[in-house]
Amino acid sequence: MADRDNLLSVKDLIIRFQLRQGALTAVNRVSFDLAKGERLGLVGESGAGKSVTGFGILNLISKPGRITHGSIRFEGRELTQMSEEEMRRIRGNRISMIFQDPMMTLNPVLTIGTQMVETLLAHKPISRREATEIALDRINRVSISSPQKRLEQYPHEFSGGMRQRIVIAIALLTSPALIIADEPTTALDVTIQADILELLLHLCDTEKTGLILITHDLAVVSQVTERIAVMYAGTIVETGATGQIIRNPQHPYTQGLLAALPQNVPAGGRLKQIPGVMPGPSRIPAGCPFNTRCALCEEVCRTVQPPLEPKQAGCLAACHLLN
Amino acid sequence: MNTWRKMQQSYFLHSFLRDPLAVGSLFILLLLVIASFGAPLIAPHNPYDTTTIDILDSELPPIWLEKSDSRFLLGTDSQGRDMLSTMLYGMRVSIIIGLGAVFLQAVMGILIGLVAGYKGKRLDAFLMRLADVQLSFSTYMVAIFFGALFQAAFGMGMYEEFAIPLLIFIIGFAEWPQYARTVRASVMAEKKKEYVEAARVIGLRPGRIMWRHILPNTLTSVLVISTVQVANAIMSEAALSFIGLGMPVTRPSLGSLIKAGFDYIFSGSWWITLFPGLALVLLILSVNLLGDWLRDFLNPKLYKE
Amino acid sequence: MPRKTLISIQNVVKHFDISGGWLDQLKFSGGRLVRRKTVVRAVNDVSLDIEQGETLSVVGESGCGKSTLARTVMRLYPPDSGQVLYRGQRIDNLSSSDMKTYRTRMQMVFQDPYASLNPRMSVRQILEEPIRFLRGTLRRDEIQEAVAAIMLQVGVDPDWRDRYPHEFSGGQRQRISIARALAVDPEFIVADEPIAALDVSIQAQILNLMMDLQQERGLTYMFISHDLSVVKHISSRVAVMYLGTVCELARAGTVFQSPRHPYTQALLSAIPRLGEQGFRHERLKGDVPTPIQLPSGCVFHGRCRYADGRCVKEIPRLRQVDEQTMTACHAVEEGRI
Ligand SMILES: Nc1ncnc2c1ncn2[C@@H]1O[C@H](COP(=O)(O)OP(=O)(O)O)[C@@H](O)[C@H]1O
Ligand SMILES: Nc1ncnc2c1ncn2[C@@H]1O[C@H](COP(=O)(O)OP(=O)(O)O)[C@@H](O)[C@H]1O
Ligand code: SF4
Ligand SMILES: [Mg+2]
Ligand SMILES: [Mg+2]
Repeated sequence: MADRDNLLSVKDLIIRFQLRQGALTAVNRVSFDLAKGERLGLVGESGAGKSVTGFGILNLISKPGRITHGSIRFEGRELTQMSEEEMRRIRGNRISMIFQDPMMTLNPVLTIGTQMVETLLAHKPISRREATEIALDRINRVSISSPQKRLEQYPHEFSGGMRQRIVIAIALLTSPALIIADEPTTALDVTIQADILELLLHLCDTEKTGLILITHDLAVVSQVTERIAVMYAGTIVETGATGQIIRNPQHPYTQGLLAALPQNVPAGGRLKQIPGVMPGPSRIPAGCPFNTRCALCEEVCRTVQPPLEPKQAGCLAACHLLN
Repeated sequence: MNTWRKMQQSYFLHSFLRDPLAVGSLFILLLLVIASFGAPLIAPHNPYDTTTIDILDSELPPIWLEKSDSRFLLGTDSQGRDMLSTMLYGMRVSIIIGLGAVFLQAVMGILIGLVAGYKGKRLDAFLMRLADVQLSFSTYMVAIFFGALFQAAFGMGMYEEFAIPLLIFIIGFAEWPQYARTVRASVMAEKKKEYVEAARVIGLRPGRIMWRHILPNTLTSVLVISTVQVANAIMSEAALSFIGLGMPVTRPSLGSLIKAGFDYIFSGSWWITLFPGLALVLLILSVNLLGDWLRDFLNPKLYKE
Repeated sequence: MPRKTLISIQNVVKHFDISGGWLDQLKFSGGRLVRRKTVVRAVNDVSLDIEQGETLSVVGESGCGKSTLARTVMRLYPPDSGQVLYRGQRIDNLSSSDMKTYRTRMQMVFQDPYASLNPRMSVRQILEEPIRFLRGTLRRDEIQEAVAAIMLQVGVDPDWRDRYPHEFSGGQRQRISIARALAVDPEFIVADEPIAALDVSIQAQILNLMMDLQQERGLTYMFISHDLSVVKHISSRVAVMYLGTVCELARAGTVFQSPRHPYTQALLSAIPRLGEQGFRHERLKGDVPTPIQLPSGCVFHGRCRYADGRCVKEIPRLRQVDEQTMTACHAVEEGRI
């Protein structure tokens, strides 16, 4: 990939939490690239380290946690080296974040309009008038009717789906280069989920905004993103083009995950299950983190951690048994 | 189970030992409790034994002052009783009343809170209004009422005899609503949880569900307020004694000692009031500090992995 | 020959009064003080039969009344009107002691594996309690054997019986929850979103377990879920709920292939599709109305593209439209869809 196309480049990122019982490695040598306007899906079971990775990119890991290693280059600048002041100018401006709970973003005691205008004024040298114009435009774009009136309403006057739309409108305010959406539709019903994801997809597409969609739902990711990175126990075990990974997964974990979906089995038949559970950060085994559940596990898997490297099928995977 | 228990206990211990304030409080509290309950063995004199008291020894200062008597380390009170011994015995009375009253409060409050929270609706409204009414009568009014009632019925002599159980009853009765409210709040939170519904699906009776399923899950909050309540009960007793509604001077508690000494402050015998006062402050402070630590420890936010 | 009906839900209505105390009910309206109750109309006139040995799934979006219906069937809530029959016997008005015999036949599995097990009881205590209470004739060693057997059957090592719930993972807790339900040897199990809180790889384990148990024990399930691909996999019939009413009831294969009710069509079109780029779902206008102020006529009319004057006025009844399907929709009945 030519460097000028590159928006974000994460290399060997390690994030650890220093707890009373010792240090936990929540994210272990995660590397991936994102081109301008590209949509990447970060999938995995809960506790795999997806959210921590997302927060890590924004340098938002809170106290007991810390980025202990690695680099995050965004638009040619190294984020891990930045001061808090410089980071603030990037957060909510060049990179926006959308959470599962819209109330993480929305302030319950301020009107939607005030929040949007304040956000704009904080990042852009424009007048209040211009800011209001932009806010109206963004509310319009997330398909909310009578935007003028909506700006004067408070978050509690909206339904869950509407709130998430407003959060997306806020995320779009400063025309960011990258949106990180952490399970944006997990709390919503399927009909609303489809609306919201379609909107997100459409907006990222038309504005050429990069997207990192964090979710546990493979089907969702397959509908929205161009590339997928599958996370397991703090590491990326496989990454590649979405269609290819869904159709032809290489890593035993990805294979197991897809095979476990009811969609892939005739109705009423036995589902293919992966035995056991994903180990928490304090119990990750030596060697390949998946070795406790892998049917193909060999001696080398128990001792050497496989690197994420190109495989014949065209993806990158971290498995000794693939070549 | 055992390994986890051990881990939890060691974690409990670990976080306790890392907090010097908590360790210090426990140390002082243990010291005070052991000294006061060991009073018959430790104390140099027996303040309850009138034959050993000589009125000529009255108002002697502590030994580091002039005109003191080496027999009385902290001096004597207006009746010639050894201050140190009287204080130790008095602290024992205070602690017994505090614990007894809290036990009574807890039994009443937990039962009422449990029933109110679980049954809800009318019964809940009734019991909680009852609690409001109870709280709006201060402890002093309850004390005046029952104290007067008792003295009228049985006379002053009997009162001195039964002062401790009577005070336990008064303070326990006056302050059960604190427990009832706390327990009710956590019962209301617990009864929404699915394990309670699971118990109902089995068909268990309400009594068993309350006792076996809900109550054990409210005990952490009960434990936390118990520390506050013990301190409060000891304070209440001291306050009642101070205004003359509590322990008689012949069987003094810390409160009645402070009161007894108060009359002599201006004649220069400050020690009669100061030492019991210091002991009371130390006792209350150590209980409260331990309670604070316990509350922080049990706070579920800090309790996670 | 149709199979035997095990559970029959007839015209069940369940409302919740959430207006609080008497004082909270006072409102100013048109310059006058009036007393008004706020009532959530969670389940409105629902009728369903559950056949022996089948898995009837109830689907619908959150707040549509699935859990309330399930709890009414389990007699955790008394219905406001209507009745619930078990093998033809009315059970919604039984006293708790008469209900006891039915408690061994019908059990429930809950959604939240973290809240559905009492944190202060060991697995042994959790599993022994229903056995002791409902199968009181067993001796001590028989109870212990039963507990071990049931743990083995749900795939939890019986050596862990003295552990407490927090020592288990979410999937294992759900197994223990299932074991508790099975401990009294029931024939009917209501499972309220039993896999919603679990990860995909664990979901498969629990679904397999439930299907195996159904085969081994001939269980009948009322399976509640909002995950439609799971429902498609496990159910024999599906009831689709919207705002407290059943709008479509059909065989699973039929409903997923040719949904009839406009809401079902929209709902099914919105299922995330693995391996498909982009979206082709049918967009519904507006939001779900609140169950406090139910729309008149068909509860779906405000969002329905087939709605007409009749839909605003008249409540559509659940009617047989063909051999496989019942719907509650005027347009379907009139042949407009
Ligand atoms: N504040 C924290 N303190 C301690 N550990 C944490 C904290 N946040 C996350 N972790 C650990 O990091 C791991 C990954 O968490 P997360 O990224 O939230 O997972 P997910 O993939 O579900 O988003 C978890 O297993 C958790 O134990
Ligand atoms: N105990 C209750 N008290 C008051 N309202 C309730 C209660 N249980 C459910 N509701 C309301 O009834 C409606 C249906 O809820 P529920 O049956 O839980 O829906 P579902 O399970 O389909 O998500 C919701 O609007 C909910 O707020
Ligand atoms: S009855 Fe009318 S409003 Fe309701 S679903 Fe059918 S067509 Fe739509
Ligand atoms: Mg997360
Ligand atoms: Mg529910």
